[in-house]
Amino acid sequence: MNKNLDPKKIKNDFPIFERTINGYPLIYLDNAATTQKPQSVIDSLSSYYQYSNANVFRGVHTLSIEATDLYDEARKKVQQFIKAKHIEEIIYTRNTSESINLVAYSWALKNLKKGDKMFISPFEHHSNLVPWQQICRKVGAQLLYIPLNDSGTIDCEKFSTQIDKNTKLISVTHMSNVLGEISPIKDLTELAHRFGALIMVDGAQSVPHMSIDVQEMNCDFLAFSSHKMLGPTGIGVLYAKKEILESMDPFLFGGDMISEVTYEDAKWNDLPYKFEAGTPNIADAIATGIAIDYLQDIGMENVFNHEKSLVSYALEKFSSLENIDILGSQNPSLKGGVISFNHKFIHPHDLGTALDRHGIAIRTGHHCAMPLIRSFGLVAASRASFYIYNGNEDIDKLINSISEIEDYFKNE
Amino acid sequence: MNEFNELDEMYREVILDHYRSPRNNQPLLEPTKEIESNNPFCGDEIKLQLKIQNEIVTEIGISGRGCAISQASASLMGEALLEKNINDSLELYSSFRELLTGNLSEDQLDNLGDLLALEGVKKFPIRVKCALLSWSAFNDLIEV
Repeated sequence: MNKNLDPKKIKNDFPIFERTINGYPLIYLDNAATTQKPQSVIDSLSSYYQYSNANVFRGVHTLSIEATDLYDEARKKVQQFIKAKHIEEIIYTRNTSESINLVAYSWALKNLKKGDKMFISPFEHHSNLVPWQQICRKVGAQLLYIPLNDSGTIDCEKFSTQIDKNTKLISVTHMSNVLGEISPIKDLTELAHRFGALIMVDGAQSVPHMSIDVQEMNCDFLAFSSHKMLGPTGIGVLYAKKEILESMDPFLFGGDMISEVTYEDAKWNDLPYKFEAGTPNIADAIATGIAIDYLQDIGMENVFNHEKSLVSYALEKFSSLENIDILGSQNPSLKGGVISFNHKFIHPHDLGTALDRHGIAIRTGHHCAMPLIRSFGLVAASRASFYIYNGNEDIDKLINSISEIEDYFKNE
Repeated sequence: MNEFNELDEMYREVILDHYRSPRNNQPLLEPTKEIESNNPFCGDEIKLQLKIQNEIVTEIGISGRGCAISQASASLMGEALLEKNINDSLELYSSFRELLTGNLSEDQLDNLGDLLALEGVKKFPIRVKCALLSWSAFNDLIEV
């Protein structure tokens, strides 16, 4: 176990672990869906509304100035967290889906033309698939899929023979929410740029779990959500390179996103405000900064290594269950902290219901990736996904409970 | 074990039996009507084929993939529909729905027969949809 990260100690910072589920201590293994919140994030939300609540950017009164300062400070934390060059490259949205839609509507709708191509991977979450189906249909562009090799991971060599100068955009998940596999973003970025295409990275599953440096990755867009990294729901981020954002039209129109309005026309505000119409989600932005503080205190390298060790341990334990099939690679070096699996004779929903009776929360279903689940010949799968408060003992309880449930469904 | 007691109420022996050995699972070659239905929340799938003569279901073919509750419920439904008038079966559907949402009156209870085995599902509201998948497919098939 990583000496810099003690999950038992971390659990104490998360009040939800004081409660029981069906009489059992909560074992939370659904972190790819959303994570739990530390006390500091919860306190930040109530403290903002209790002591500092005011609208931002418009008042000269103390509260408005305080709220604006807190809001700006939070954006600075996001910038540093992903190592963006400029603070105005950080745009607040509602979530990853909205960030992707922003790029789809403000960039792709204008820049993709009939006959153009764009690529995504075959294991995208619906949020990085459905917007592109819609945009490509609208403009008459082709939506194509990045090829995979025999082991089911992205095949950059083969892809390099398919991408061409008509390719305008690649949008790819950094880490699959189903398989946990990590995409070779740097290779894909180099390929995209060699052919003059832009690359968007869906970071919903990567930003919360690993150290991110957008300048080193050199991606053009990166989307992620706060609620998957200890922060509140309802706030997400779009990172984009400044010069690209400057060339884009606004996505939503209204207050705060303008610099001058006449009865006839309007001029757009500077970045990032051009893309943030209306009163922003101030409290959740500030709380996102507090979530980032919490993660930075632990260190993202430590977070990543902890999950690596959990996933190795879990894969080893799962291999002792003869009726379990793991989806995708079983090589822990290719995976983040996500394992999807299928039981040979217990349907995921029956398994999920039975595990819940033991206080264990896993995800069951199609994981918002229906085409991928179908490609395994399944209609649903179970998924365990880990975070900083999970330890090997949680995995032991999961494995033991699965064995008991197996006996139950076998013998009854 | 305590955590299995409430599960027992849902996964009754008759349900597990229907799940393992679904009845009427041969496809019909010449169905009067057929429908495919799925639950997007969990991916459960049901294909329902009916042969109907003079408003009576004379043959039935059910296939599908999904959890124990959805598949057992489909199998139990097949037995309940056979040789019955479709309008009576629609009424049965309405009683069955009320059984699972906890609004069933005493006098409706008698009509349900083997379907009562699924009563335990009402303690797991998130799973009620599983039990109703095949029945709502039947309803759609008849109403269309």
